[in-house]
Amino acid sequence: MNKKMTLAGALAAALILTSACGNDDKSDTSQAAGKVELTYWSWAPNMDKVVEGWNTTHPDIHVTVNKQDGGDPAVTKLLTAIKAGSGAPDVMQAEYQKIPTLVSANAVADISKQAGSLKDKFPASAWNSVTLGSDAVYGVPQDTGPMMFFYRSDVFDKLGLQAPKTWDDYAADAKKIHQANAKQYLGTFSANDPGWFTGLAQQAGASWWGVQGDSWSVDINDAATQKVASYWGNLVQQGVVDNKPMYTPEWNAALNDGTQVGWLGAVWGPGVLEGNAAKTKGKWTAALLPQWDTAKTANGNWGGSATSVTAQSKHKDQAAQFIAWLNTDPAALKALAGDSNVYPAANDATSTALTSPPAFFSNQPDFYAIAQQAGQATNPFTYGPDVNVTFSSYNDAFGKAAESKQSSRFTAALTTMQQATITDMKNTGFKLAG
Amino acid sequence: MRASFSRTRPARPAPYAFLAPALILFAAFLAAPIVYTVYLSLRKVRVKGLGLGAGSRTEVWAGLSNYARSMTDPDWLPSVERIGAYGAIVVPIMLGLALLMALLLDAGRTRVGTFARTAIFLPYAVPAVVASLLWGFLYLPRVSPIVDAMQGAGITPPNFLGSSWVLWAVANIAVWGGTGFNMIVLYTALRAIPSDLFEAARLDGASDIQIALRIKIPIIAPSLVMTCVFSLIATLQVFAEPMTLRPLSNTISTTWTPLMKVFRDAFTRNDIYSAAATSVVIAVASFALSFGFLKIVGARAFSQED
Repeated sequence: MNKKMTLAGALAAALILTSACGNDDKSDTSQAAGKVELTYWSWAPNMDKVVEGWNTTHPDIHVTVNKQDGGDPAVTKLLTAIKAGSGAPDVMQAEYQKIPTLVSANAVADISKQAGSLKDKFPASAWNSVTLGSDAVYGVPQDTGPMMFFYRSDVFDKLGLQAPKTWDDYAADAKKIHQANAKQYLGTFSANDPGWFTGLAQQAGASWWGVQGDSWSVDINDAATQKVASYWGNLVQQGVVDNKPMYTPEWNAALNDGTQVGWLGAVWGPGVLEGNAAKTKGKWTAALLPQWDTAKTANGNWGGSATSVTAQSKHKDQAAQFIAWLNTDPAALKALAGDSNVYPAANDATSTALTSPPAFFSNQPDFYAIAQQAGQATNPFTYGPDVNVTFSSYNDAFGKAAESKQSSRFTAALTTMQQATITDMKNTGFKLAG
Repeated sequence: MRASFSRTRPARPAPYAFLAPALILFAAFLAAPIVYTVYLSLRKVRVKGLGLGAGSRTEVWAGLSNYARSMTDPDWLPSVERIGAYGAIVVPIMLGLALLMALLLDAGRTRVGTFARTAIFLPYAVPAVVASLLWGFLYLPRVSPIVDAMQGAGITPPNFLGSSWVLWAVANIAVWGGTGFNMIVLYTALRAIPSDLFEAARLDGASDIQIALRIKIPIIAPSLVMTCVFSLIATLQVFAEPMTLRPLSNTISTTWTPLMKVFRDAFTRNDIYSAAATSVVIAVASFALSFGFLKIVGARAFSQED
């Protein structure tokens, strides 16, 4: 009975469709053949406004934006649609760290033929994220999140401190600030933000995954990441930085009332500060991250995403055309930066779209110049096919370490992450090197 | 003659037509998902080499390996022990409070009975996620009026979400939210007791406490058993409260309770096969626990009714 109903419904729908097509065929053949409908899953704010710019100038390819809740739920939905064989959109926003997972599930298409020539328009680190170091192209970079250091210049001035150039400076400043006022911290170690820690490890030179021939390498417990983990473990153990997670009501309040006087954030940070610490407007300064080696400026990435064509799309050429426009056309870049508040990945975005600083940093006209410098110094980093396993293991292992306030637990947490990642990959059958 | 005739009569479709809606709903929304879960728990994905590109991923039979993997996961046993401790806190405190309040309201000595009943019941109407957010704000220093008040009074407030208090902090939310519901169930049972029983007892010189202990509680024992079974099942399924509090602290891991482990495996790790296996284990455990409990106390509690 159920089946019959579905069948009847499908038949009715098919009839309506064919009759509609029939009408089109008679009236205007060329239009019907050329007009393509694309759907686009994205969670960036006001993306529909950005896409309007495309729809008005490209009558043959109409794009409909389908607003998503965020990076994780969108990936879960896409993977379900891929498994079911239908229901996926044509175009999909995908966070960089999710791309290997999506490629591995055969969810996104290789568009190297259509978009391979865009390579020079993007920073090498961003392009590496969409190619996974191969000849294939699994998307076009949309936005990046070069990390930046934000600090309360009024507090620094009062204590006669300079913005930290190196991580040693940062540790010394953190100590001085906490000694001057036991309630104040220059920062916090957040066990809730694996992307944040990954960015810091990336700056130190880590790349947690790698491809060697037909096998994966996993290097979460490498010397660079060890250095970062033990650095933070020491600061937490000494009690000169806080050990509570970011993005809690408590952390928000601490930014606003001047208890947290610094934040290792990313280029999208002004929006966060504006939302949480509106009272402190004009007191913050943005700078490059403190460095491990001042002779060789390096940086990490926190956040950012690409736009990919899904494997189920029936109009891959048109979809690739659209995402090339979306992420490289000057008008689109301007709309992305202005309406969607993202930091476009394209190299020339700074000169075309980001000419004035964000409102919260109106006191710092060179904000985007610093951001560009940070973006260009970003180290390459390869993500693996089970990033989610590693990231949830980060939450648990570093949660325990941060709670214990023992430096040795921080480096031990990396062993746990490495183990969890390798066990999962072996279990699924990925070939591992070494 | 008539009876034997009707027995040999060919089956008529009418009863099946009446049963059909219930059977179809049962099959579609309960039986089928359960069967599918069991099927998934016996499957797994294998990838070849790098696992990139088309056709590198296939679903194969896994036998019982998902169960073995799930049960030997170092996070599994701690999460089971944790809800054991959680249940040992929540069930006695919540039911004790519910029973006490039901008895007090039933004794009829208060003039604000209706108001009290509503006030105690009200937290049950607050969704668990909202309740957890609300309590989360009350637990976090700097945004918590409770912490402010304690500091004002010269008391050093404990770190409610720290490792030594976090279990109590989560249990508190469950007690706050669940007491009212259980109180109403017990109170309704108490109201159904014929009043001549109390009058007889009172004439014999029984005090209020004696009436409560010797008459009321034994009579409402079946309701107590029922609320206890519900609470045990709720304990096994605790999810929303720790899940909501998790981002606020370092002490609640992604596998803090068995159901959180299912959620992590299915939606964070995209490993629905292992999640299915764990779900089956939890379902079997809930079933065994509720029926085992009923078997032990049932004979005693329901003896009056037979």
